[in-house]
Amino acid sequence: MKKKHLITRRTALITGITALGSYWLYRTVKAPATPTYGNILRAGDNFTYEAQRALLSKRALAKEYSRNDISSFPAVGTINPANEHNPNFSKEYSLTQRSGFFDWALSVEGSVTRPGKYSLNNLHALPARTQITRHTCEEGWTAVAEWTGVPLSQLLQHAGISAKARFVNLYAYDGYQDCIDMIDAFHPQTILAYGMNGKPLPIEHGAPLRLRVETQIGYKSMKYLKRIVVTDEYVDPGDSGWAWYTGI
Amino acid sequence: MDPLGGDYQFFASCILRRRNIDGAPAVILGRCGNDLTKPLFELPISRNYHHSGWTASHTFFDNSHSPVSAGRTYDIFNQNGWGRSLHFLNAWILVVVGTVYLSVALYTRHVHRHLLPGRRELNFRSLIWDVVHHLRNRPLFMKGPQYSLLQKLSYCVVIFLLLPTVVLTGLTMSPAVVASCPWLLTIFFGAQSARTIHFFSALFLVLFLFVHIVMVVRSGIRKQLRAMSFETGSPTR
Repeated sequence: MKKKHLITRRTALITGITALGSYWLYRTVKAPATPTYGNILRAGDNFTYEAQRALLSKRALAKEYSRNDISSFPAVGTINPANEHNPNFSKEYSLTQRSGFFDWALSVEGSVTRPGKYSLNNLHALPARTQITRHTCEEGWTAVAEWTGVPLSQLLQHAGISAKARFVNLYAYDGYQDCIDMIDAFHPQTILAYGMNGKPLPIEHGAPLRLRVETQIGYKSMKYLKRIVVTDEYVDPGDSGWAWYTGI
Repeated sequence: MDPLGGDYQFFASCILRRRNIDGAPAVILGRCGNDLTKPLFELPISRNYHHSGWTASHTFFDNSHSPVSAGRTYDIFNQNGWGRSLHFLNAWILVVVGTVYLSVALYTRHVHRHLLPGRRELNFRSLIWDVVHHLRNRPLFMKGPQYSLLQKLSYCVVIFLLLPTVVLTGLTMSPAVVASCPWLLTIFFGAQSARTIHFFSALFLVLFLFVHIVMVVRSGIRKQLRAMSFETGSPTR
């Protein structure tokens, strides 16, 4: 006797294939926020981005720790762009480092009404935020440190950010460039840090100024900041091989 | 056999995730941990195990037990760019397939009828008997899902313990997810502990997968595959 089943293998297979096909159609019709490079991995990253933005709180704060929780902190990636033997050597950085960052200034450009340069003194004059947070590296390690700096939202508002702006692009002395969306840019814990564990930011951790994005993986927290450009559209730097959004 | 749709993708996921363990082959418990902190033990499995390549460390505070900072001068072996993306793509498949499977299994009472062992069935002696039977004899090709006690218990552990643990500990490593769900950090004793639990759960899943496949082969792989793909689950003969 044949029993009636709610779902048979055959209908499950057909439904699955149809669902995949519809998703592919949906993707080709709807222009993605960030490019997928025709790459299934990047399409997956984009899906994660959209799902996290849809499901998670946009203002929820990352856990903040106590001073006793501060841990040792490895510095990886570029650890000094003033080192001539480093492939990411920067002459400009080496000069400003020699001056004790006296002549250093962060350039803020793009969709802002008051573009300009912010010296360390200018940044110190803006409202500051101190937070003890966990850095999560894609390599699998974590470390806790206290960061002090200007909330990026403060700086962007000070520079008069346009209502149409959608992305904040960041450029570093060691040649790195990256960008974050406005949700992360205006997150209360997204700061431009000039202090670490109560002292000026050490060279290996990105002196004189680094970004801290506490809701993403460590590599989004760019070190050795040089220039910030606010844009209304995504500026495509090409596929670096690494996910653009790393909230996971 | 139970059609655990995740088998194939899980296998692929493990091979790829092996790349990611390479990044930091240390087993650490607690809220955080890295190359400059003391691990529980380290796995000698990667080129990155005990590499030397650090600048002289300096202390953050002026006391003898101060945490330190040091710069890494060694280019570690790192294929995590695509490894991570592929892993999370697989994670989506696991979550989607797993949710559909669980809802259908609960709705059709597959869980109650075939997976959860009955009270009378559940005793130590019949479990031992079943283990011995599995080791000595070729497992029978079952017509429809009438599982033995050992099968039921292992499927339940995988479906209701290991897979949910793997998903939740995975989410605990995500900075955006734990910002919204900080309770994840509490239940897994911190992000670094979650990573350790994640790997041990995955290890048990690999072990299950291995035994599962051996049993499929021993009970007749062609019959099993045909039944899994094309039959509606009704008795054939």
